[in-house]
Amino acid sequence: MRPRRSRGRLGDRLLHAYTWLVILWLSSPIAVMVLFGFNDKQSKSNASWQGFTLRWYGELFAIPGLTEALKNSLYIALVSTAITVVIGTMLGLALGRHRFRGRGVTNFLVFAAISTPELVMGASLLSLFVSANLPRDAITITIAHVLFSLAFVTVTVRARVVTLDPALEEAARDLGASAWGTFRQVTLPSIMPGVLAGAMLAFALSIDDYVVTSFVNGSTLTFPLWIIGSVKTGIPPQVNVMGTLIFGIGVLIAIVNAVAARRRV
Amino acid sequence: MRRLTPYLLALPSWMWLAIFLVVPLAAMASVSLQTGNVIDGFVMTFSVSNYGDAIGGYSTQLVRSLLYGGCATVAMLLIGYPVAYWIAFRGGSRKSVYLFLLLLPFFVSFVLRTISWGFLLADDGILFGTLKSWGLLPAGFHVLATAFAVVAGLTYNWLPFMILPIYVALERVDPRVVEAAQDLYATRGAAFRKVVLPLSLPGVFAGVLMTFVPATADPINAQVLGGTGNTMIGNIIQTEYLVNNDYPTASALSFTLMAVLLVGIFVYARVLGTENVLEAAAR
Repeated sequence: MRPRRSRGRLGDRLLHAYTWLVILWLSSPIAVMVLFGFNDKQSKSNASWQGFTLRWYGELFAIPGLTEALKNSLYIALVSTAITVVIGTMLGLALGRHRFRGRGVTNFLVFAAISTPELVMGASLLSLFVSANLPRDAITITIAHVLFSLAFVTVTVRARVVTLDPALEEAARDLGASAWGTFRQVTLPSIMPGVLAGAMLAFALSIDDYVVTSFVNGSTLTFPLWIIGSVKTGIPPQVNVMGTLIFGIGVLIAIVNAVAARRRV
Repeated sequence: MRRLTPYLLALPSWMWLAIFLVVPLAAMASVSLQTGNVIDGFVMTFSVSNYGDAIGGYSTQLVRSLLYGGCATVAMLLIGYPVAYWIAFRGGSRKSVYLFLLLLPFFVSFVLRTISWGFLLADDGILFGTLKSWGLLPAGFHVLATAFAVVAGLTYNWLPFMILPIYVALERVDPRVVEAAQDLYATRGAAFRKVVLPLSLPGVFAGVLMTFVPATADPINAQVLGGTGNTMIGNIIQTEYLVNNDYPTASALSFTLMAVLLVGIFVYARVLGTENVLEAAAR
């Protein structure tokens, strides 16, 4: 027993170091992205380090096409998140709280929406839009983004709804609250963490999507599509700066959220 | 009214899923059996030969995608399992910090982090360029535009999706069960093989499911890291749809890809046991 334990300690230490190595590996492209946002490049390519500058932060919006693409991405992410959160929360409530005909089929549809490869989803949507003669623009992109986020929001909200005690709502009704009042003052606040998590997930999925969007965008470009389009000619440092800012804001929100959650407990 | 509530709640989502998921998939199934071209239009001819042509013409890319996706999934499992294990059993009070660090890449756009990864691997980039200038690597050495670069990129991009479900499964394993095995004279290795590993299989199952399908169908890693010689089926479907406008071939390829993946999942599920599938589906 004893010698085994000492070998275990060494193994643990090795595994600890290994875990950090994997974290380092996963983070290394982020470091590259941040670093090259500060690169004082002189030539067209931004591939080698040529000195430190803050110039690109000052000229962040100097490329009209890129700025436009980022705006499109944010706009589409906001609108599609708003739609998804409303209808996804409704479906999550229906599935988590009620027994009804078609519940099994609905669960299957939600599972199908999650497991359909993005590529097939994008291609089939394009088939629909082409046969319906629908022009592809920000609206078709928004439709697609709602589609692939919907199931994730539903699942997240449903997970929260099933932990809810129905007695709370019954008590509210007994005390004379209307159906709507009960929902607004009892149900909604208690499922709010699930709704918020779903909203953040939907926003992140939308702003990050390339594959589905590339099928249904027409001539509208989003942030990821613009970046892929400029790979051949060289990615301008402004892309790195925008990526760095998005990264910073995202991490900040996550940390604030985690700290706030810990406070509440 | 009360009986109608669930239907009213589900209605908008039903409509969305029916119009934008079910109908398009049906439309694609129909297109995959049509013939024609984008100028004269397509006519339904029930030409199953589209499938034969698509599979025959692109079998190389189809096999390559499955191979790359499979290799990346195995690599993720081998790389990720020890990390999940260490965090679950030895992470102590800082478990959530380690998980957060593993998720950091998700705060960077998928496209951008793949490009940055390519940047790191570039022939004359900060890594290999420096090593070459020191004379530690021959001048002709390159990683970009090889199969290795694509598999490494796929592994990189989906690794956290492999680690998380395995972590969740391991986290639920009661350490006392492992202690009990050791008290009953199991060696550390035997305790792991006979107790911990079987208990973590649902996590492994979910992890493989969450990574193999998207990695196999992904077009971005091959495009950014693979050069011209490593095209995957995702790239072909994209080109057939968006550049060649050959909708029947592209639809047939999409369905073939989905069918292959579904069969793969099914076989895999049978091997690991249906209970795990149900459990994964219920999650």
